[in-house]
Amino acid sequence: MIGLHHYLVVSAVLFALGMFAIITRKNGVAILMGIELVLNAANLNFVAFSRYVWGGLTGQVFAIFVIMLAAAEAAVMLAIVIAVYDRFQSIDVDRVDSLKG
Amino acid sequence: MDLATYVLIALFAPLAGATVQIFLGRRLPRHGDWLCVGVLFVSFVASIPTFNAVWANPAFKLQILSEWLTLGSFGIPLGLQVDGLTGIMLTVVSFIAAFIHLYSVGYMHGDPRYSRYFAYLNFFTFSMLGLVLADNFFLIYVFWELVGLSSYLLIGFWFERPAAANAGKKAFIVNRVGDVGFFVGILLLWTQLGTFRFEEVFKGIAAGQMAGPLLTVTGLCVFLGAVGKSAQFPLHVWLPDAMEGPTPVSALIHAATMVAAGVYMVGRVYPVFTPDAFVVIAYVAGITAFFAGTIALTQFDIKRVIAYSTLSQLGYMMLGLATGGYVAGLFHLVTHAFFKALMFLAAGSVIHALHTQDLREMGGLRAKMPVTFWTMMAGSLALAGVPPFSGFFSKDAIIGATLGFVMAHPQHLLLALFAVGGALLTGLYAFRLMFLAFTGAPRDREKHHHAHESPPVMTVPLVVLAVFAVGAGWGGWFERLVRPPVELPHGPAGAHTLALALSLLAAGLGILLAYWTYVVGKISAGRVADRYRPVYTLLFNKYYVDELYAAGVVRPFLALTRGCAAFDLGVIDGFVNWCGRFTRGVSRVQGWIDFRIVDGAVNLVGNAIRAWGAVLRLVQTGVVQNYILVLLGGVLVILLLKVL
Amino acid sequence: MQIPAEAIVFYALTAITVLSGLVVVTSRKLVHSAFALVFAFSGLAGYYVLLSADFLAAAQVLIYVGGILILILFAVMLTHRIESLDIRSETLQLLPAIAGCGAIVVLMLLAVYRTPWAVKEPQVLTQTAQSIGSLFMTDYLLPFEVASVHLLIALVGAVIIAGKRGGQ
Repeated sequence: MIGLHHYLVVSAVLFALGMFAIITRKNGVAILMGIELVLNAANLNFVAFSRYVWGGLTGQVFAIFVIMLAAAEAAVMLAIVIAVYDRFQSIDVDRVDSLKG
Repeated sequence: MDLATYVLIALFAPLAGATVQIFLGRRLPRHGDWLCVGVLFVSFVASIPTFNAVWANPAFKLQILSEWLTLGSFGIPLGLQVDGLTGIMLTVVSFIAAFIHLYSVGYMHGDPRYSRYFAYLNFFTFSMLGLVLADNFFLIYVFWELVGLSSYLLIGFWFERPAAANAGKKAFIVNRVGDVGFFVGILLLWTQLGTFRFEEVFKGIAAGQMAGPLLTVTGLCVFLGAVGKSAQFPLHVWLPDAMEGPTPVSALIHAATMVAAGVYMVGRVYPVFTPDAFVVIAYVAGITAFFAGTIALTQFDIKRVIAYSTLSQLGYMMLGLATGGYVAGLFHLVTHAFFKALMFLAAGSVIHALHTQDLREMGGLRAKMPVTFWTMMAGSLALAGVPPFSGFFSKDAIIGATLGFVMAHPQHLLLALFAVGGALLTGLYAFRLMFLAFTGAPRDREKHHHAHESPPVMTVPLVVLAVFAVGAGWGGWFERLVRPPVELPHGPAGAHTLALALSLLAAGLGILLAYWTYVVGKISAGRVADRYRPVYTLLFNKYYVDELYAAGVVRPFLALTRGCAAFDLGVIDGFVNWCGRFTRGVSRVQGWIDFRIVDGAVNLVGNAIRAWGAVLRLVQTGVVQNYILVLLGGVLVILLLKVL
Repeated sequence: MQIPAEAIVFYALTAITVLSGLVVVTSRKLVHSAFALVFAFSGLAGYYVLLSADFLAAAQVLIYVGGILILILFAVMLTHRIESLDIRSETLQLLPAIAGCGAIVVLMLLAVYRTPWAVKEPQVLTQTAQSIGSLFMTDYLLPFEVASVHLLIALVGAVIIAGKRGGQ
């Protein structure tokens, strides 16, 4: 029987993978992919809790909001990536260190 | 056009000319001389309707008023007025100035600052016309100073010559002495009567709002201005020096503008003077008239002789005004304007021909320069007061007034002696000049050989002026136009007949003496001079007035200034320097404290913070992932605490 | 022992999702990562179906696979020369990341298994789209409107940020 735990484990693994990408990748687009993985892990949690614990549709509504935020974030990210590339001829985030102390 | 417009045109045409000339003169064809001469003739033509108006109605009065400055209840009105006296002066001044301008075209030909000369000359005329038209003390003072300024510019016109530059300064400074008096007088009048306007001032004085010693002092202060401007003793010293200016300027100063201003002003503000003030004025004027005549006898510079004669004649005018001859004094001003302008221009013609001003290098010019000779002769006869030349009528009237005054007040007998003696001297020095310059054998053959009559542009003004010098006294026109502003006492009946006899006698005797001395040679001028050597030296050196000023005023003043300078340098500067040194010492100590202790503390704080910051900045890598990693570590710690 | 169909599907989906997630994280080529992400998202859509969130599954496919991934691919293409096929993504602080992420997985699993979840018997849900739509129009109206404004702002901001070409 597949239960809540299964989904939570998958979600935790996906979260860790996304976190790993965010921390290790230099490329800005790859970092974004990590972020999307983290967001999806959270979504999976929302839906799973909604199904097994809470009942009702609240979790799904939250998941839809998260998807919407992800879409907005992706659009802004695209713009930022283009602007940064324009300025630094690269989107490797370790080169973009003008704020370095 | 109404009369006011004509008056304004007459006044402002020379100003417009001067303005255009000073900015554009050098670029105009012929350097703009036609423009400046032209505006003067415009001015003259525009003054004719005024003259006609006052001629038709001697009581005519026109006023152009406007408020200039209003400060609360205190207002300064700007006003022009035209009455009989103004009408005459306006016409005469613009007429004479116009011909002097015309003459200057010939005389100043080729001067490097030709265009500027005409600009100044126009401005000079404008100032004088404004002075004549002013209807209040404020405005008359403004134009009074403008006259002073333009005379300074013109006397020092050839400023490359130190003598000319000094003469300009001297004229300006000596005039300033008089102007201060004038200014104080105006202020006294204002504080007492609260107005600058002539009419109201006269009304106030007539109503007795101001009287007694205060009014006398005020009158004398105002007169002091006239003393400076009209070169009365003892402020006459600038006038002979002013001969350093170009000769047409001398003519303008002596005839129509500068010196006439003082006499005109005294005539204009006549009611301000009390009888006591008039006595003082009369003595100053008498002294001027007589002693200037004696100086003129000994001078050899042709222009200086005429200059001293002007001094003497100005004394006559003042004497006439002061002794009740209001009309006579002003009449002499007008006739003198004609013949003195004529004499200066004729002298200028001689100088132009000979390139010397020394009478001892002249002689025998009559044949060479007939026009100049005959016009000069007309001027000299008028000056000496020979009938029917214009000077006779006016001078006779003055002597008449003086004799009348003396008969009424026998204690002032000296005035009559001055007047009659002065008349004799006038005849003597005028014809001494004529005989020395024009008759006899030429004393400098070289110069005489090169002499020639002046060009028409110079001789035409001479002839025109000569006509007026001869005829300006006829017909009693002046008495018709000018009325005394106050009731004057009439002298005893016999005074006038006696005056006629005495003045004729004096003039004739003077001319005769000159003839004997310089033509016939019965009297040797040299031997007379030798016998009365001290007197002669005194006269030749102009009574040492200049030297007196130098010793009595200039040198003490210089000593005083030197003393002040020493005090300033020694005591004040010393104190200031001591203050400075003291402050510097204190501030050095303060500086040490500031630098060592305060700055040290501040630097310590700053350095500590910087060192700490240098450690902290290592954390700020600029790589976001580092931060996230640290964040992750924090989350881990929290999770650990929660889970375990 | 009979293995229920739900479990087979779940483990298949888990395999797809986690494996493609690993590819996304570890692949050196960005394009590979992007395509692996497609499979990860699709797997998640499958989970949603299992969890009987049909509308959400459709939205996941439409928005993530159809929208966001296209954007990510655009970002990759626009910022690299298209001709160079191996667009590499390098890594940094690898070891601390492995340690940190491993620790976090362990801790989360601990948390999941230690927590006594109040699990209910799942309701059978059908036709979620209509219910979700009425929820948006009633209980979640304000967040819904805020979200729409937020999207508009993000859109305008993106245009402005990307539009500043060649500045400075």
